[in-house]
Amino acid sequence: MAFDYEKYLRPGKLPHIWCPGCGHGIVMKGLIRAMDTLKLDMKNTAIVSGIGCASRLPGYIDCCTLHTAHGRAAAFATGVKMAKPEMNVILCGGDGDGTAIGGNHFIHACRRNIDMTYIIMNNYIYGMTGGQFSPCTPTGHKASTTPYGNPDPGFDIAKLAIGAGATFVARGTAFHANQIDKLIAEAIQHKGFSVVEILDDCPTTYGRRNKYKSVIEMMNRLKEVAVPVKAAEKMTAEQLKGKVLTGVLYKDDTKSDYTTEYAKVIERAQAK
Amino acid sequence: MEKTLPKIEIIEKYCKGCHICVEFCPTKVLEMKGFVVAVKNLEACIKCMQCELRCPDFAIKVSAE
Repeated sequence: MAFDYEKYLRPGKLPHIWCPGCGHGIVMKGLIRAMDTLKLDMKNTAIVSGIGCASRLPGYIDCCTLHTAHGRAAAFATGVKMAKPEMNVILCGGDGDGTAIGGNHFIHACRRNIDMTYIIMNNYIYGMTGGQFSPCTPTGHKASTTPYGNPDPGFDIAKLAIGAGATFVARGTAFHANQIDKLIAEAIQHKGFSVVEILDDCPTTYGRRNKYKSVIEMMNRLKEVAVPVKAAEKMTAEQLKGKVLTGVLYKDDTKSDYTTEYAKVIERAQAK
Repeated sequence: MEKTLPKIEIIEKYCKGCHICVEFCPTKVLEMKGFVVAVKNLEACIKCMQCELRCPDFAIKVSAE
């Protein structure tokens, strides 16, 4: 049977603002399916975002939503979680919003291991503001501000999150649409800061500058570069060159999360 | 046994004509008609739901018994 997405969407909001072929819609559908699998209470779920194409996502979903300043999703979401620790807090945003403008908030949310889920839609570019290069734009690729090729090396969001202290890190792609909801559901269930990076396509500002002829070519590229973690174990370093690992990359259940630790602080302070 | 055909509903005002469903349909059931997608060959549908899963615009619904 057809999945009933409308149950989770605000009425009258579709069609959404994303360009034809943009993978953000696929990610939003994945998030909705994950929310449905976990039977999340919409009144007890908050989706927080910053600014950008990907950050328009909360506007469509009918739960508690917060659209905040550029890059500040993690900061606002921390406030929500501390005020209401029982709430499911999900953050979403793009690569520029999350790792450049909000890079500082991102790494410190990882370090604190606060119980939230951050979905980063990595389309390698700042789409909404006109195609400027982001920290995830691969070296040599073109953006509106790097017409002769980007000289910078790109970020590996998953490694950054693991290094900063996040306790659940996963990666999927917009091509592997079936996997997105499973990764997000596992991330929401994890107690601690979870990062789900979804490799995405931006045909309008990234694709056309980098000689991608169509959305399909961009989707097929995602298919070609993605290697599941288990398959990668059997591959040599030579074979893994230029590939990106997908699936659950890191999981640590031993670390206590921030809200639990902060409750202990409150208890100690009130005991005196 | 008689094959029951699925129902493919296309919400034309949501479709942005990105071609994803047309390309990823394994049996080429769909086609572009102008700027929006249309059903070309419903008989060939194997109910794999790839079009519904991959449509970024919430424009396709496949109902199969």
